[in-house]
Amino acid sequence: MELSYYPGCTLKANAKNFETSALAILQHLDVTVKELEDWYCCGVCFSQTQDNLMQQIAPVRTLVKAKESNRRQLLALCTMCFNTLKRAIEFIKNDKEKRDTIHQFMDREDTKFYGDEVEVIDILTLIRQIGLDKLKAAIVKKAVDLKVASYYGCMLLRPQEIAIDSPDDPVIMEEIITHAGCENVYFPFRTECCGSYQIVSEPEIVRERARKIVGSAVKNGADLMVMLCPLCYYNLDEVQRDIQEEDATFQPLPVLYFTQLLALLMGLKPDLQDFRLHAIDPRPVLKRKGLL
Amino acid sequence: MSKNKTISAHRISSDRIDQLHEISGVNVYACYQCGNCSAACPAVEFMDPTPHQVIRKIQLGFIDELTTSETPWICAACITCTVKCPRGVDIAKVMEGLRQIVLRSDFEHGHLCDIDEKMRKKLPQIALIGNFRKTIL
Repeated sequence: MELSYYPGCTLKANAKNFETSALAILQHLDVTVKELEDWYCCGVCFSQTQDNLMQQIAPVRTLVKAKESNRRQLLALCTMCFNTLKRAIEFIKNDKEKRDTIHQFMDREDTKFYGDEVEVIDILTLIRQIGLDKLKAAIVKKAVDLKVASYYGCMLLRPQEIAIDSPDDPVIMEEIITHAGCENVYFPFRTECCGSYQIVSEPEIVRERARKIVGSAVKNGADLMVMLCPLCYYNLDEVQRDIQEEDATFQPLPVLYFTQLLALLMGLKPDLQDFRLHAIDPRPVLKRKGLL
Repeated sequence: MSKNKTISAHRISSDRIDQLHEISGVNVYACYQCGNCSAACPAVEFMDPTPHQVIRKIQLGFIDELTTSETPWICAACITCTVKCPRGVDIAKVMEGLRQIVLRSDFEHGHLCDIDEKMRKKLPQIALIGNFRKTIL
């Protein structure tokens, strides 16, 4: 299996643990990913305006590069990139008039993108395609009674037309966690927004969200929380430190990228991950559960 | 907030409603005020007016009250409201439309240089770019 890979800006900077662990598990599962030779920022937030096509150019340029790579599938690890690229495909596919305008504007590109040539895929769907049995066979470590809270956030589930699973009651993360030999913790906040980019200008909203999301997972007995979005990760890991400063009774919860946990369960070298990058140190719980 | 609450034919057919429709492409008249959007919104406690009230105010032509309110800037475009709407009203697009009306006359909401330097170095790139995409034209 071979597919193109679009890292996006954050995986090359703040979310290094995500990239290294994800690429390591895919290699372990015999999947070859080739980073696009040339890629651009996706724009992060898909433009929701009808009348300003300029904001659609960035994701379309990357999709043109993906088409030129001659590989049908494009893996986007960062969920914000996944959401933006996938919605850009829908936009290009469904609005012929606007697609023509974009094509006329992008006159330096030799390749024209029509929407059907590239399939943007997230790592959860990819693992399902690789096969859950194959995943199960690759798991070599047995976690001791590890209770995992899977947090989806927004970008993999909304809007409905790009959702990887049911936006109301997704199961894909829990399914993979079960096959990896861990126990799932269901908590009501698992598909709720963490406050997203509001961390920049309205950090108190994010603090309130983090308090509720983490609190709900702790209340339901989670040992740690896993996720796939670098922004949710920051808002739920780093922000816990701020909450702790304000409130001594707050009970913190270690947060990991989904792929970090899988890499540990597959017995891949733990030093490929840098646990010093975590605000809430996950090492004590990982040691207690026999993963380190 | 405007003190003039009179509903008039003139207000209901204002150019601002047309402008919002042109930017967002959303038919706000499909809304029957069930309030599902406000019930589901994770940031509703910080909003005044709340999402379903925003739609009602647009239907009645009180757009100036909305472009001066903080509600569109509290919205983080998580799209929960849109997914929950039984009438297919894309409320997240309406919020984007309201932000755009402000940005197209004022260029930016808030100031980039107000971001604390320590924070700026720590934040993930997607947080900064996402914020700029929503608060700068």
